[in-house]
Amino acid sequence: MTFLFSFFSLDHCGSRLGTKTMLGRSLREVSAALKQGQITPTELCQKCLSLIKKTKFLNAYITVSEEVALKQAEESERRYKKGHSLGNLDGIPVAIKDNFSTSGIKTTCASNMLKDYIPPYNATVVQKLLDQGAILMGKTNLDEFAMGSGSTDGAFGPVKNPWSYSKQHKAKRKEKPHAESEDPDWLIAGGSSGGSAAAVSAFTCFAALGSDTGGSTRNPAAHCGVVGFKPSYGLVSRHGLIPLVNSMDVPGILTRCVDDAAIVLGVLAGHDPKDSTTVQDPFKPFTLPTLTDVSKLRVGIPKEYLVPELSREVQSLWSKAADLFESEGAKVIEVSLPHTSYSIVCYHVLCTAEVASNMARFDGLEYGHRCNIDLSTEAMYAATRREGFNDVVRGRILSGNYFLLKENYENYFVKAQKVRRLIANDFVNVFNSGVDVLLTPTTLGEAVPYKEFIKEDNRTRSAQDDIFTQAANMAGLPAVSVPVALSNQGLPVGLQLIGPAFSDQQLLTVARWFEKQIHFPVIQLQEIMDDFSSVSENEKLPSISLKQ
Amino acid sequence: MAALMLRFCCAGRRWTLSCVDGAFRQGRGPLTGSMSSRIRGQRSVAQHSFTTAQKLKKGEREWAAVVGLEIHAQISSNSKLFSGSQVHFAAPPNSLVSFFDASLPGTLPAGYQITQQRLPIAVNGSLAYGVCIRSQHSQVANKTVRIKQIQLEQDSGKSLHDDLRAQTLIDLNRAGVGLLEVVLEPDMSCGEEAAMAVRELQLILQALGTSQANMAEGQLRVDANISVHHPGEPWGIRTEVKNLNSAKFLAKAIDYEIQRQINELESGGEILNETRSFDYKLGCTVSMRDKEGKQDYRFMPEPNLPPLLLFDSESLPAGADPQQVINIDQLREHLPELPSQTREKLMLQYGLRPEYSFTLLNEVGLLEFFHNVMKDTKAKPHTVTNWVLNRFLGSLKQHSLAVSESPVTPSALAELLDLLDGRAISSSAAKQVFQLLWRSPGKTPAQIVSEQKLELLQDREALEQLCRATLEGHAHVVMDLKKGNPRAINKLIGLVCKAALNRADPTLIKEILERQLSS
Repeated sequence: MTFLFSFFSLDHCGSRLGTKTMLGRSLREVSAALKQGQITPTELCQKCLSLIKKTKFLNAYITVSEEVALKQAEESERRYKKGHSLGNLDGIPVAIKDNFSTSGIKTTCASNMLKDYIPPYNATVVQKLLDQGAILMGKTNLDEFAMGSGSTDGAFGPVKNPWSYSKQHKAKRKEKPHAESEDPDWLIAGGSSGGSAAAVSAFTCFAALGSDTGGSTRNPAAHCGVVGFKPSYGLVSRHGLIPLVNSMDVPGILTRCVDDAAIVLGVLAGHDPKDSTTVQDPFKPFTLPTLTDVSKLRVGIPKEYLVPELSREVQSLWSKAADLFESEGAKVIEVSLPHTSYSIVCYHVLCTAEVASNMARFDGLEYGHRCNIDLSTEAMYAATRREGFNDVVRGRILSGNYFLLKENYENYFVKAQKVRRLIANDFVNVFNSGVDVLLTPTTLGEAVPYKEFIKEDNRTRSAQDDIFTQAANMAGLPAVSVPVALSNQGLPVGLQLIGPAFSDQQLLTVARWFEKQIHFPVIQLQEIMDDFSSVSENEKLPSISLKQ
Repeated sequence: MAALMLRFCCAGRRWTLSCVDGAFRQGRGPLTGSMSSRIRGQRSVAQHSFTTAQKLKKGEREWAAVVGLEIHAQISSNSKLFSGSQVHFAAPPNSLVSFFDASLPGTLPAGYQITQQRLPIAVNGSLAYGVCIRSQHSQVANKTVRIKQIQLEQDSGKSLHDDLRAQTLIDLNRAGVGLLEVVLEPDMSCGEEAAMAVRELQLILQALGTSQANMAEGQLRVDANISVHHPGEPWGIRTEVKNLNSAKFLAKAIDYEIQRQINELESGGEILNETRSFDYKLGCTVSMRDKEGKQDYRFMPEPNLPPLLLFDSESLPAGADPQQVINIDQLREHLPELPSQTREKLMLQYGLRPEYSFTLLNEVGLLEFFHNVMKDTKAKPHTVTNWVLNRFLGSLKQHSLAVSESPVTPSALAELLDLLDGRAISSSAAKQVFQLLWRSPGKTPAQIVSEQKLELLQDREALEQLCRATLEGHAHVVMDLKKGNPRAINKLIGLVCKAALNRADPTLIKEILERQLSS
């Protein structure tokens, strides 16, 4: 293990506030600034709104709820003035993936089916954020109905990865055919919560909700250089999250640092009578303890995750991270999750089967798109669904219905469920053997240019991109992607930590320790953000960094 | 035992197909997967033969029919199965619809129908019921039908496509209402058996308070699977007659379909495995030509609902909160009286004949009426039963009235029977009073008796005179009697009573006549 001097580094969650502008801060830091009156919620909201406008080309937001946000900011400001702040989230700009119901605000799932749909109620997690005084900046872009891994397959166009425009990437980009052109060879943001990851990465909000069914929060987090946390299944309510796979969906949290993810989790977690799968045990929000000694920690490295497709860069960073744990005294053990290779195909069967039934409700009757055909009710259903869903969604519906046919049910669905149990048991066995946390890559490699990405179809891409992430969904485990370093292309790489079910606090504690050791650099977007330069210019502090 | 919820996967599954003439139709097709296996391999079970109506000609062979039923009973509850919406019959369309019932995106678990098809609440039960044997003059034969399973299910909404205006009309009031589905094995052989089994189930559900089971309000809906075969041969191809939602037409539709299949086969045709409906105006079943009938529902487990755990006293986990767990044994202890127990009690307490106990329970409200009369009268149970089951029920049938619509109240009948029992009026006078009561419900029997002067004649001398006059006026009857015809005395009594305008006590008349004849 060699610690190289980083060219550039900044610890988001550090206490070195210095001259850092407000937008570059972590949620905890800006919350402190609000409490101290260094900035008002309205000023903060306006700054974010103006940045959203400047970064509109990223296509991170489908709907910007400017009016609502300003009104909420005003109310927050009144509370601060009276000294009645609601807590850490009061006045904090947040963004919500556009598959969470927001009362009075369009919720499209990036689909023509719902392009004008305005829900009459808030998802439980949205309501919880609002109850804490969070400011809703807007609804973020995604793959249609969260089906994808690039945020490229939505009705409102692809999300562009902010790192495409970063100084770091531009400096390292191999080919520069049209470096000076308006729109460079931009990179995908990852998905399906690409809009949320890009929104957090580009400083337009301090936290964003994603959803995570097979890696949809962690994958874009890794590609956009932010923290992406998937809580344990059953810890956070799914009520109001428009489902992809009910047995795997979890609201995800995207923030700039692990501490912030823990703050948001503290607000979101807990039983919800409207989601029977949430656990009844009372949940107490926690502050992450500072881990100083990792000598008792046992870190598992699943050998099956070393696949040929894994990029050498990611593999090397993974191994360096393992070395880091070891050098700090943790016990690093190679472990086996023997059924890993069956996971992605099994995930595909279960996912499409649930999609087939979850999408049944979109028939054009009560809400959403309705075709003009009125020959019969059935003809209306058919045309509505053909017009409303894209090819990816229709393809998954068809596959799922195929797997659920009477003659196929045993061979596909039942078998996949059995394999799912084996996969879940693999994790149980590893954790029972004394391993506290698993360390794996989040993605095979760094973000690829859009032009490259679309050379393969959605299904192939999803199968590749969910490879390290979906198993945690199959087993219901908490998992977090932490950005660790920049690749040779100047692009972020994330690594994933997976813990036993409901060990969310412990997992985040380890993730926070890990984050502290590696000092992932801040994205440099000076060319876009006039007031951003001050963030980085003063922060060129030397520190150890996990670097190639 | 865990009862796992399953859901249907087809788009638009929540809607019924159509709603014709106010008759309910369900958008749910047959759960065919569960049916096909049960049809075969049941040959050891005694088959009741449905013999063709005509006498068999030489060379013709006997036919037997098998009938299985799927019954959907609307669970009597204040709210729907998974939502807080109220349940009301005939509420304005779409007035009982929550976000959940409209399956707004993000509401869980909504957007498909939920059933327990694969892990039902109960399996392998039986239902005992009685059927009247016509040939043996209203004797009751006890029958049993096996219950394959009982499961919870969500009701669907209703949709109606208006071809003229090219509109689809939707009512979601019923969507999500809890249904109890009871699958009866094909152990029945004709319409009447099916109707009586359904009636018994209806009584049980009503006694338990599980369902109001009112067929007219769609709270009890029946689909019948019907096939015919020659005894000793494999069963024939079955059809499903759906939506038999009227007690009146249930037996008729089944018998029609049996006869249709026999006719079809005898004329060289074949039976299609299809879904049919009963046209109650034409009195026949017609093919629904319904693609739904052969749909594969593509069930899958419902991950949003944790399994429903049922315990008995043995399996109950120690320290479990009794409010939070379901203990079947405890429920069993608190079961109300079931119809079979009620009948047994009636037979024991009042010496009723079994068929009377069936009739008392089968007619809606009749048992309560009977009890109310019994409560208020000194008359013997035997008299009360006779009056309630013959005169009272007969009059109701004659006027096509329900018990609740009867112009004669239980207390009026009790008073009338008291008059009869106390020998204040004769039994023929009592019949007359009853008829008058029926016509002028405002009056009491006593009023009618006094207005019509129907009191029994107590004046012995007058009666003796009447008797003497009758004997003199009918010398040939007296001759008859003296020749040894024992029935002649009854004729004489009848003549005297008639002359007394039904106000004479026949026993007393007989006594007087006998004395006058022997003197």
